[in-house]
Amino acid sequence: MKNSKYRKNEEKIFIMLMQASCGIILLIMGLILLTILRKGIPAFSWEILTSVPKGGFYFGGEGGILNAIIGSIYLAMGATFIALIISLPTALFLNVHLRKYRKLQNAIRLFIDILWGIPSVVYGSFAFTIMIYFGLRASLIAGILTVAVFIAPIMIRSMDETLKTVPLILYEAATSLGSTKFEISYKVFFKQCIPGMVTAILLSFGRAIGDAASVLFTTGFTDNIPKSLTQPAATLPLSIFFQLTSPIPEVRERAYAAALILTIIILLISITGRGISLRYMNNQIK
Amino acid sequence: MLHMTKEKIHIENLEVSIGKEHILKNINCTIPEKKITVILGPSGCGKTTLLKSMNRLTDLYSDVKINGKIELNGKNIYNGISDINDLRRKMGLLSQRPAPLPMNIFNNVAYGLKISGRRKKRYLRLRVEHYLKQANLWDEVKDRLYSPANSLSIGQQQRLCLARGLAVDPELILADEPTSSLDPISSQAIENRLMELKNHYTIIVVTHALRQARRIADYIIFLYLGEIIEQCEASEFFNNPKNEITKAYLRGSFN
Repeated sequence: MKNSKYRKNEEKIFIMLMQASCGIILLIMGLILLTILRKGIPAFSWEILTSVPKGGFYFGGEGGILNAIIGSIYLAMGATFIALIISLPTALFLNVHLRKYRKLQNAIRLFIDILWGIPSVVYGSFAFTIMIYFGLRASLIAGILTVAVFIAPIMIRSMDETLKTVPLILYEAATSLGSTKFEISYKVFFKQCIPGMVTAILLSFGRAIGDAASVLFTTGFTDNIPKSLTQPAATLPLSIFFQLTSPIPEVRERAYAAALILTIIILLISITGRGISLRYMNNQIK
Repeated sequence: MLHMTKEKIHIENLEVSIGKEHILKNINCTIPEKKITVILGPSGCGKTTLLKSMNRLTDLYSDVKINGKIELNGKNIYNGISDINDLRRKMGLLSQRPAPLPMNIFNNVAYGLKISGRRKKRYLRLRVEHYLKQANLWDEVKDRLYSPANSLSIGQQQRLCLARGLAVDPELILADEPTSSLDPISSQAIENRLMELKNHYTIIVVTHALRQARRIADYIIFLYLGEIIEQCEASEFFNNPKNEITKAYLRGSFN
């Protein structure tokens, strides 16, 4: 028999453990932000934000990282868009059409989880092999497609997890009104899950803009702003990497300015996304 | 009395099993048109399964096996139905807990009209008002038609679901313990509505509440452990039960 004192202590210990875990996470985030801010702000300048690298930029010369900022935004937006076109129908199909086929559902989920677990460098080299086979050069479109394939499993499974929470009675209600499965998917399930969908898209966007390994071979790197999909493009993570590995201190400091810019982009996207999902939250059925 | 009314649904040798469980055994019954038929019985006797097999909501579950015949207007719904959604549209469903769609009040009622291709604003407005009035909800929501459906109370939500179900112009209303999650006043509102609506619709109500059955039933199908024990006029059922199990149930020996 557990007495009340034992149970009270148990409660106390677990609350403390949970608070400690929460604290550690917040501490790590704070440290990262602090480092980026402390090192990034002094190195930050208008020039970095608005100009492309000039001669000798990576040896401490003049210029900025506009090429990488624009390249990363193009890449992440393109990839997120293409991944969305693949992911939304997949996630809805999995939850609406396959609802009563549990085994098939689980098998598909397992495969998608495996895809999620594959490191992005593998996606990069896989795409590179295909590009060589077709005789293609590193380009923005190759990068967009590679990153889209690599973030699609993340998007599908995140959408899947929110779609799983749609109550059965809502499915039954929509069905008994004579809705087709298509109508149930896009008029009921999708609407019910808009906040979760936005989160899934943001999560994928974050992965797309922050990944270096998958774009290394596929998008290449350039000092120019890409003018078409077939040109190579620079990306922020690679830009950070190239500057951080430099032996010259000023160049290394500029890497933190680039990291700061990347963080701010993700922050802005997240805030807009939350705003969108809050607008649709009040229609949700609990 | 019964032989004078038309039969709406006719069920013959219906057997339903889910997985290894045999839920319904050899069900034979008739549902009269434009009456309230109450499917009565203790919890877990297969009432809801019987109701859901009538509009084939059972299709949504895995491992459901159905044998036998259910005829709607003389046509078997498990054989040679061309459009399952047409069939379902003929039967409005009220579930145990109201399930409004994730949209505003207006669109909840207009949903059924919209998916069947009616898009004219003026027409939709008129119809929505009509059905909300039929469900006795119009006066409470006419000033906030565009607020989310989940901002309504549970009782109002259930009436909204009734309006939404009526809006697809069904022939039947299937109600699965429609008042079990409601307060007494909302329950009464729903019951009164059903009593009025039976002049236009065939209504089937599943319940385990004897008193509710006494209040609203014209015809009773009494289920016990997946079998029909007795089916007859409500007056006969309550005043002159034939079966021993029915008598015990009416005495309140089990629930």
